[in-house]
Amino acid sequence: MSDHNTHHNHEEHEHHEDNFISKYVFSMDHKMIARQFLITGIIMGTIGMLMSLIFRLQLAYPNMTFPFLEGIIGHWGKDGKLDPNFYLALITIHGTIMVFYVLTAGLSGTFSNLLIPLQVGARDMASPFMNMLSYWFFFLSSAVLIISLFVDGGPASAGWTVYPPLSALPKAIPGSGTGMTLWLVAMVLFIASALLGGINYIATVLNMRTMGMKMTRLPLTIWAFLVTAILGLLSFPVLLGGSLLLIFDRSFGTSFYLSEIVAEFAGGIERTGGSPILFQHLFWFLGHPEVYIILLPALGITSEVIATNSRKPIFGYRAMIGSILAIGILSFIVWGHHMFITGMNPFLGSVFMLGTLIIAVPSAVKTFNYLATLWKGNLKLTPAMMFAIGLVSFFISGGLTGIYLGNAALDIELHDTYFVVAHFHLVMGSAAIFGMMSGIYHWYPKLFGRMMNETAGHIHFWLTIISAYCVFFPMHFMGLAGVPRRYYANTAYDQFNVFVDMNEFITIAAILGGVAQLIFLGNFFISIYKGKRAPQNPWNSNTLEWTAPVEHLHGNWPGEIPHVYRWAYDYSKPGAEEDFIPQNIPDAGQTDPMEESTGLPVASHATTSAHAVA
Amino acid sequence: MATNTLSTEKKFTWGGGKSPFSVSYGKLMMWIFLLSDAFTFSSLLIAYGFIRHSYQSPIPNEIVKPLSDVGHNFVEHMQQAGLFVQENWPSPELVFNHFPFIHGIHLPLFFVSLMTFILIFSSVTMVLAVEAGHRMAKDEVAKYMLLTIIGGAAFLGCQAWEWNTFIGEGARLYSNPFGPRSFAALFFIVTGFHGFHVFSGVVLNVIIYLNVLAGTYEKRGHYEMVEKVGLYWHFVDLVWVFVFTFYYLL
Repeated sequence: MSDHNTHHNHEEHEHHEDNFISKYVFSMDHKMIARQFLITGIIMGTIGMLMSLIFRLQLAYPNMTFPFLEGIIGHWGKDGKLDPNFYLALITIHGTIMVFYVLTAGLSGTFSNLLIPLQVGARDMASPFMNMLSYWFFFLSSAVLIISLFVDGGPASAGWTVYPPLSALPKAIPGSGTGMTLWLVAMVLFIASALLGGINYIATVLNMRTMGMKMTRLPLTIWAFLVTAILGLLSFPVLLGGSLLLIFDRSFGTSFYLSEIVAEFAGGIERTGGSPILFQHLFWFLGHPEVYIILLPALGITSEVIATNSRKPIFGYRAMIGSILAIGILSFIVWGHHMFITGMNPFLGSVFMLGTLIIAVPSAVKTFNYLATLWKGNLKLTPAMMFAIGLVSFFISGGLTGIYLGNAALDIELHDTYFVVAHFHLVMGSAAIFGMMSGIYHWYPKLFGRMMNETAGHIHFWLTIISAYCVFFPMHFMGLAGVPRRYYANTAYDQFNVFVDMNEFITIAAILGGVAQLIFLGNFFISIYKGKRAPQNPWNSNTLEWTAPVEHLHGNWPGEIPHVYRWAYDYSKPGAEEDFIPQNIPDAGQTDPMEESTGLPVASHATTSAHAVA
Repeated sequence: MATNTLSTEKKFTWGGGKSPFSVSYGKLMMWIFLLSDAFTFSSLLIAYGFIRHSYQSPIPNEIVKPLSDVGHNFVEHMQQAGLFVQENWPSPELVFNHFPFIHGIHLPLFFVSLMTFILIFSSVTMVLAVEAGHRMAKDEVAKYMLLTIIGGAAFLGCQAWEWNTFIGEGARLYSNPFGPRSFAALFFIVTGFHGFHVFSGVVLNVIIYLNVLAGTYEKRGHYEMVEKVGLYWHFVDLVWVFVFTFYYLL
């Protein structure tokens, strides 16, 4: 709750030299905070990916021993055999890290922080102090989650959705003990971080735009970040309430989530009166918007990257905004489709089903708009563009299976099988990771002032997309045959023996994907120090961030903040000298930024801008 | 690297078209925070509704109407009369019927009504403080802020007394002599979470009050901070209306 006056008083004091602590550690500069989020997210992502490789090895070779496991995970891998309890812990923490730490904080935290002030034309976030707190809550949360890997009994093992009773009864399974408590602590810290960030993003977008930056001139990235922040702001509090009740159930003897059936199975404990289904409702009220918290920023980044690199205006700008809003609103009323088999009233199920299937409409609008933007464009196939196109591909192939799963009748068959795993890893996992990669390659010059290696980027892209499809596509068939997810090994069931080879294939593809990420990590970290110096506007882009100096400075622009005279997508405008007209260039005779631009910029204007920009 | 340009542009001017809400970003952030906090309370109240709905309604208490005296064994008495049973949600009128310094008389919901009145009254004084702030009347702002703080503190005191009485009769997070155990657990969670908000509000109000006395806002030329804590205070008040309705009346 920082007041702008105190903030400005503070800024006056900060006039002097920044020391190491205030510049790199407790920085209040949004660009530095974006880098902090990104690097923390990359570290967490690496951990999460390594975990997936360990449990993929187990699934492919359930009868083999891997002596090196004992070296990595100690007694959990005794004699090279993965402990079944630790398998559950791995899938839980893999899911938690990927969903919350990489694709929520790592994606939204990085790009909202970097791009919102730069693209709307603001000196910094509305409250830089809260922004700093947001990162440090996130950091604490990550630290707590990592620490939970080392406690007695292992980390939380109830799946990333932490359904009770496994999460509510500390003695249920080894991972229900201290590890689960720390998971909840980490989550509460994470929610605090998300709320601090979200409040800031919304206030900045609504209230701190530069002269002329109307809502209908905002780049689509900003629209996506705005709606993402609103979704987070309205859904994370519900998880907070749910976690609070869970903490009380675990530690203080209440029974909000414990029913007669659970009490009976837990050895006749006297704790009844609640219902595990209550937690599922509270969890999925967050959980479903969370899917779009992950996906929308990726879609926003893609819109920007595809338009820039097709050298064409984005197709259907207003339809894009409308579909972002529609997806945002619909995402709040469909959480029940995760719970079709909980004994829900079939009529209620059909209501949730209707809402779910309607989401296909705005999603299809977005997809076709991307395709129409690409159509006959002058494509510049930079790594960022490749990843953006990859996102569109995953959005289609993963989105189509969403229509199957959204159908209540089909979901009874497919629920909790590998079909679900395949679906969300394609549409939410791979698509969002590709959006994030696209953003990293596109805005790396803005983040670090240097360019990444393009060849390495292309190799990274091709290996990643091939391995992602090889990993997740076969899973559809396993799911249709009824192979359940989260099982330590499927060898006990004769009918699943046909998938032995397929499991091996998937694991080999996953290892290939892992190796591909090493190329990215090398490229990313080496380019920070050794990359080619970035030019002012490397992609000839229209948005405001490329008018700010390459060298970061506190306050973003050395002089006055540029005014905005047009929308962000004036690419290849007929009659213009250049194939792009940055947002801050007025048309001939246009003096008031609020006026709609009608003609073309004065020729000299365009050339001077091109010079300034080049 | 860090040449600071922020200080050159001290005054922020709005330039992005029509301002969506015509408020400063500080106030906008408070509104956004309150919106999100409303969802936190909603989640708890929905949990309440979910669990409450899984029990049968309170047993109508006509039997107790003529019974106007509350002895020390009132709870036992009600259990024997079959009004506090495991299958039925207890009637709040029978649970919350005590009043400080008055013993032995059945006063259904009198005390919680007094608490509600105190909290709403403190909202009134908060409005007066905000209004005085618009007129830059420092002494009046200070006076009404002080009254608001007293009201908030009095509410917290009342809540402490009510919790004390409730616990004294045997209610715990894990057990409840009035019937279903979730009744007591939900009471502690929901009113506790609200009480925590009131407590934070009182702390904020004290900070703002001290700033008013020190003349901080006089120097600044506006009392917007008073308005912002005022928003928070009204929100806490509004939430109480819902808590009161859900927990005591329904």
